[in-house]
Order: sequence, then C-alpha cells, then structure tokens
Amino acid sequence: MSTVDEQAKVPDSPAGAETGAPPAEAADESSGSFIFLFFIIGFFAAAILGWVVFPKVLYSTQYQPIDFSHAEHVEMVDEGCESCHYLREDGSFSGVPTLAECIDCHEEINGDSEDERIFYEEYVAKDREVPWLVYSRQPDCVFFSHAAHIVGAEMECATCHGDIGESDSLKPYQENRITGYSRDIWGYNIAGFKRNTWDRMKMDDCSDCHQEAGGVAHSSSVQTQRGACFVCHK
Amino acid sequence: MKIDRRCFLSFAIGGAAGTALSPLPWKLTDDSSIWSQMWPWTPVPPDGESTYDHSTCTLCPGGCGITVRSIDGRAIKIEGRDGHPVNQGGICPLGLAGLQLLYGPTRVKAPLKRVGERGAGKWQRISWESAVAEIAETLAGLRSSGQAHTVAAISSRNRGTVAALMERFLTALGSPNFLRMPTMEDAQELGLYINQGILGSVGYDFENSDFVLSFGAGLIDGWGAPVRMFLAKSAWQDAGAKVVQIESRFSNTAAKADQWVNIRPGSEADLALGIAHVLVAEELYDTSFVGRHTADFDAFQAALADYTPDAVATTTGVSVETIAALAKAFAEAASPVAVYGRGKGQVPGSLKEVLAVTALNALVGNINQPGGMWAIPEGEGMPWPDIETDAVAAEGLQKPRIDGAGTGKFPNSRYLLNRLPAVLAEGSGYGLKALFIEDANPLYSLPDTVAMQAAFAQIPTIVSFASHMDETAAFADYILPNHVYLERYEDVVVTAGLNTRTIGLAQPIMAPLYNTQHVGDTLIQLAQAMDEPVAAAFPWEDYQTCLEESLGDNWDTLEEEGVWTDESFAADPEAGFETTSGDFEFVGDLGADVLTAATAAAEGDATAYPLLLVPYDIMRLVSSRVGAPPFMIKTVPDTILKGQDILVEINPQTAQAAGLADGKGASLETPRGRARVKVHLSEGIQPGVIAMARGLGHTAFDKYLADKGVNVNSLMGAVIDPVSGYDAVWGIRAKLMRA
Repeated sequence: MSTVDEQAKVPDSPAGAETGAPPAEAADESSGSFIFLFFIIGFFAAAILGWVVFPKVLYSTQYQPIDFSHAEHVEMVDEGCESCHYLREDGSFSGVPTLAECIDCHEEINGDSEDERIFYEEYVAKDREVPWLVYSRQPDCVFFSHAAHIVGAEMECATCHGDIGESDSLKPYQENRITGYSRDIWGYNIAGFKRNTWDRMKMDDCSDCHQEAGGVAHSSSVQTQRGACFVCHK
Repeated sequence: MKIDRRCFLSFAIGGAAGTALSPLPWKLTDDSSIWSQMWPWTPVPPDGESTYDHSTCTLCPGGCGITVRSIDGRAIKIEGRDGHPVNQGGICPLGLAGLQLLYGPTRVKAPLKRVGERGAGKWQRISWESAVAEIAETLAGLRSSGQAHTVAAISSRNRGTVAALMERFLTALGSPNFLRMPTMEDAQELGLYINQGILGSVGYDFENSDFVLSFGAGLIDGWGAPVRMFLAKSAWQDAGAKVVQIESRFSNTAAKADQWVNIRPGSEADLALGIAHVLVAEELYDTSFVGRHTADFDAFQAALADYTPDAVATTTGVSVETIAALAKAFAEAASPVAVYGRGKGQVPGSLKEVLAVTALNALVGNINQPGGMWAIPEGEGMPWPDIETDAVAAEGLQKPRIDGAGTGKFPNSRYLLNRLPAVLAEGSGYGLKALFIEDANPLYSLPDTVAMQAAFAQIPTIVSFASHMDETAAFADYILPNHVYLERYEDVVVTAGLNTRTIGLAQPIMAPLYNTQHVGDTLIQLAQAMDEPVAAAFPWEDYQTCLEESLGDNWDTLEEEGVWTDESFAADPEAGFETTSGDFEFVGDLGADVLTAATAAAEGDATAYPLLLVPYDIMRLVSSRVGAPPFMIKTVPDTILKGQDILVEINPQTAQAAGLADGKGASLETPRGRARVKVHLSEGIQPGVIAMARGLGHTAFDKYLADKGVNVNSLMGAVIDPVSGYDAVWGIRAKLMRA
C-alpha cells in the first residue's frame, strides 16, 4: 500500500530530475546537522520548561493573613511547641491554634508590632478565626495520628516540620494549582530530592521511617504489614 | 540548507527527551492523581476539636438518651447513650438520622407570615417582635370581645414544661381548649382510670415477662419506646420467653414472634374476650387475685357469655383450638402480659379492646406484678403559682371544651382532637378563632386529613411553632419556628409504656443555626405582650429560668446526668386500687355493655367496597410529626416504595380476583378518597385485605420525602368510639381496580 503522498509524487519525479535537484549527499549533510541542532533545541527547551518554568507556573504564591514569629512566641511560653500545638484529651491533635486559644494571651494588644495590631483589630475584635494557610495540610484521605508519633515513638516535632519553631516570620505559602495543597508536601525541590527529613511529606517519606529504622525492617510498624494501606488511607 | 519535516521531528524528539528528563511528567502525574482522588468540589468537613455531649432525643415519645459528637461545636454524629435507662446505648434509624433534621433544607429559618392564599407557600419574613405583637393583638381582640374560649392549642404531649406553658397560656387567656394529639396513650389512660381509678400512664415490665400476648402491637415496629422494645425482644429471646403476635399482616413483629396468629383485622377485642372466656370457663384464671382484688367479676363473666370460642372463631377467623391453646399458654406462664395498640399505637383504638386486653392481665393477676402491667401515676403538675384569672378568662373557662371531652357523652376522656372536624363542620360548637400548633402535624398524621384540613380552613388564625415546613405549618398564617431538639433545652417526660417514672433533659448541643426561638420563650413573650392578668401568669424572664425553677431539685440531677428516674417507684401488687370500690374493676360504671357492644366496624359499604384497607407501621418510616429524613427513606424497600409509587400489600388471591400481577399499577378507592398505587403480592397478608404503610405521601418537606407514595390517612376517616369518643379506626373498606 502506498500513501497518498507517494502516489502524488510519482508523476512529479521526472519533472524534478529535469530541473536539477541538489545532489542527494549534500542535502543529507546539511539537514543532518540541522536535525541534531533541532534535537538539542527541543531537548533544552523542554528541560528548561520542566525544571524552571513548570514549577513557577504550577505554584501560586500566597501570603499569610498576618505575619507571626514562632521564635518570639517560643521564648515566652513554657512548654515549647506543645504550648500551642498540643494533643487534646482524646488523643487528637489540635493543629493550628484557634482564635480562642490565641485570645488566652492576646485579650488585649500586648506589644507594638503592626501584625499584632492587625490581628487584634481584624480577628480578636471581630471574633473571626484567622484563615491561616497550613503548610503541612495533607489530603483528607490521609489519616495521620500525631499521638502515635510524638508520644508513641517519641519523635521530635522538627523531624517532620523542620526548624519552623525558630523562624522569625512566616514564609510565603505556595499552593499547588492542581491539587490545592502546599508546596511543602512535595518539597521545594521540584525533582523531589531532599536533604533533610522535613524537606518533603509524601508517602515515600513516611515509609522512609516505617520501612526501616536503623537498617532493620520496622516490624513493629503496622504500616509494613498485610492490609497496611488502610492504616493511613481511609 | 533546509528546515524540513525531519527537523521538526527531531525537535519533537529532543523535546520529548528533555521533558522525560525533567520533573514535569512525573510531578504532573502525581498531582493529577491527587487531584482526581480529591475532587475539589467534594465537600470535606472541617477538622477540629471533637467533643461528646449528652442529650435526649425528642423525635418520638421514647425519650432515648443520645450522645452527640461535635467537631468545633458542629454536631456531626448522633449515637445512643450508653447506660441510659431507656435505650442502654441503642438508637433507632430516626434518631441516627436526626442530623438531617438539623441541617436539612426544610427548616423554617425565621418567623414567617403568610402573604398568599393559605397553603400557597407565599411567606414574608417578619421580625420576632412584630410577630409576637401581631399575634398578641389578635388574642387581645378575642379576649375583649368575649371570645377567649375560641383559642385552642394542639400539642403532641401534655407533660413537661413546654406543654404546661401552652396549657397555662390558654388558661390565662380563658380557654379550656388544650388538645393533645391522639395516640394509644389516650385509650390506655382511660382504661387505667376505669380499671384502677388512677390518672396516669400504663407501663409494662417487659424485661421480666415470660409470655407476651400482643394484640397487633408492633413491638419491634416502633411501638412504645422503640429501642427499649428492641432490647426487650432480645432479652425475651435470651430468656426463652414466648411472644405471640396477633395481627392480620405478617409484620416484622409477627415474623420475629414465636407464633403468629393471623386474625381478621379489627376483631382483636373479640379474640381477647374469647381467650378470657376460656380462662374463666376452664378456671385457668388467677382466682386469688380475682377474688381479693376485683370488684365486678360477675358482670365481666356475664359479658363473656357471648364470646364462646365457637362464636369468636367465626368473628376472628382464629380456630377454636388456637383460642384454647393461647388461653392455656397465657394462664400457665409465670409472668404473662397482654398488650394492645396497633402498630406504633398512633390511633387510640376502641375502649372495648383496651378493656378486653387489660381484663386478660387481670385474669392472670399480673397487675402491678413483676413482668406485668403497671400503673404509673401522672404525679403532680408544675410547681407554679396559681393563675389569677380575670373576669374574661373566668367566663371563657366556664365554656365546655370544643371537642366535648370531659363532659356530656365523654365524661372521662381528656382530649378528643379527632372529633374536631365533625364539631366544626356541624357548627354545633362555638367554633375556633385561633389555633396554636406545637410539636404536631395534624394535617398529615391524623386519619382523615381531608376533613381535618377543611376544619382548619374555618379557623381565621393558625399559628405554628414548627421547626420544619411540614403540612400543618404550610397551612398556617404565622410560623414562629422553634429550635430543633439539638439546639434547645426541654424536659422530656417519658411514658411510652415505660414502667419507670423517667424525665430526660434535651440540651442544646450547638448554637441555633437560624433565626429561631424556643417555643417556651415565644409563649412567655406572647403572654408578656398582653394585658396584666395574662402577663402576670408568666413571670419568668425566659424559658431557661422557668425550666430550672419548674424542675426544682431535679434540675441539678438532670443537668449533670441528663436523665432522672424515680428510684423509689415500684409497682406494689398489694396496694389498693383507687376506684370507688377500692378494687380492680373490669368495666366499672360502664357496665358489661361496653364489652358486649359490637366491635367498631370499618367505614364503608361491603358491596361497593369488598376489600379492607389497613394501615401498618414500620421502623423505616415516620408517620408522626417528624418527616422521615433522607437516610431513612433510602432504607425503605422497593416492596413498599418504588420510585415515587407506593406499593400496597395484597394476597395473591386478592390479586387474582382483581386481575392484578405483582408490581402492577392499580386504583385504590375508599369512601374517603382514591389513590394510584402499585401492588405487591405477599402471602403474609390475608385475602381481602390491603395493607398500606404509614409515613409516605407527604406534600410538604423536601424532594426526598414529598410526593412519594400516598398518605394512608387521606384515604381514611375517623371512627369515633361511642363510649370514649376516641378514634377507634383500624381500617376502611376499599376496592382495588386495574389501572
């Protein structure tokens, strides 16, 4: 079977020979280097697109409603992180403090920072919860128990959350335009490489610990047993 | 040099290679999988602090204890409360689905005033202040023109502070017309008064019974306190107690009973008297109890003469052998108990039936005995100061009740709402000018909804306190929406066949979602907007104050425990009865005639309407004031509801005679109405009988409930018991034609 193209060419070929087409070798040579050049152009264009442009397009940058210094607050409280981010009586984790919890200390303006003034006027005075953007929010189908990790396994907050407790201000929140979750979940490295345990919060990062602890299969972890999917995916 | 097609190909391949070596495809794959698992439009409930609060369910008379789980103060799950005296941690489908009544779309969100035709659904939002002011003005007008007695109120109950406030409001205005929605408790109360001279409710010590003879009571179909009955059924099974279900339909209760006695519908009283006849004739009865504690045994025995097993077998369709066997088994059991109240007991039933079934309990001497039938005295009223009525109120209170209860023909009956349509249609009474409806949906749940609506149409002002836009609220002039039960305080006095004196406390689980107001507060505001004598009867700042004051010493227990049970109460078999004779009276002053009179017949001509339509109750539907939430409707099998069509149960023989096949459409006609139905063939129903589920055919509520099936009440009329005045209807004659 011949293609339409070939059929169309048949009557043309005698005419093409008469007009003196360039020698076949020369044509091959010039188009060969061109072909390589185009390959390179395509390759680098795509690579730049994937490595540089794509992350910029994928994430939108948002800012927290007000700035907050963890470092300053940690200095003033007695129990470190757990002063505000604590386990409730039923073992569930309180997460980001509610307005009522903030008001325990901020019933009135305590300092002279602009952010505290905004916080007081916009939220405390109007009895409105602060719409914090949560860097570590996981999809709703992920079940995670803080109690099992910080009480059961005696893990440090920083193992997963890094040194946020020492930060002076809140970094911009980068939201994945497709999933709606924070960039902190996938990690700031678009290729997914990480240097610290807290750089990413994907399932693989959970399994880093759950599969092996100190080179030994972590047999005490239910996540490695049969039917384990449903321990976390509910 | 030429850029040809191959260059582009090369560019594309280079691009593909570059893309493959960049994170883009892998990251996009990951993101799109997360996106597709978490569709952004799928609602995700917000996370927060979880709390558990105890309260009391008010959706049926059962008064179960509930535990509500909330996240940041938003109720998200209702569970049965562990260790609660009524339900011991259990819960029914309605209680479980209660959140849909809280968050559902049919809530009345603000006070409404009708602007269009009645029932046309045209409303105008008004403020609480103007609603209260307008209604108070109407009432003041009636009072000043000497028509205070033309104000009436309908409530589902007469116990507890809310009902008491309503009744007090009427008294202060000068009206005797407080009406309670009819249920089997009406007949129970009257029976108890005639038999034992006690004003109160009937309780059953089911947990200790070893033989339960049920005359159509849907013991596990929603009778009494449904969850308690489920637990009792399990206890009977574990203990080897026997349950006999006497019913014309193979209901769930019949299916789970040890014996199903298939009886001709409506003849239960005759069977009870037939059994009594055998007990007396063969001297199987408790001679000691009858001798020591009954007053009119001779009159009773004389009445039994007509109820020989042969005669009763003819009337009821139950064989002579079965009658004899039932009598023997009942007499031989250690703690037998006989109960009545068809289905969920929403129709009072005939006095003959009540007295006949109670007579069986007396014959085996299990009145106020373990495992038997107990009298639970009503106790004292509210500890409120007396109302100082003015001349207007005093004059109004002198008038007879609009329903004729407590006087003339019906001296011992308390509330006869079922007579209202006839009274208003005849124009014999003084008519009603204003009607308050609280916690009731009479335009749906009473037999003969058509006549009831016609009666309501004659009342110029109807005020509903409904939380949801039910049929009655839709026909009102004002709706002053009450909080739903999860948003309000209320003391719930539980009767429902319990053999204890129990008060539950409904407590607000969350702040009200809408601009609603507690009916107690509304009544206090209405009273205080009126002249001095009425206003003075309501000295409380708000309902909360009134409630705390009314419960007195029990308040602390209730607030702490959520439920109060009278620990000191126990039936005393040796205690005297409070009748004039001081003994149990089988028929009392009524004489034996009440038992020898013919049983209430079904309305309609047997030639024109050869079949009998009988309503039945199931746990998956609600036929009282509450509309079944969507979760419940989902559980209704397609042998009852298919699409929008209701299926009636008929015997294959009936179907054959009418030329109908299973699932086919038919036209059902009774003297009161006509409806399109489909038929479901079942061997579990007698030939000649059509069974229709109660709880469908709503015209109000949301799309999950409205216009599904037929309301059996729209096809039935009331059958007034000649002695008690209560509705004794159990069915109506009908015909079924191919559609």
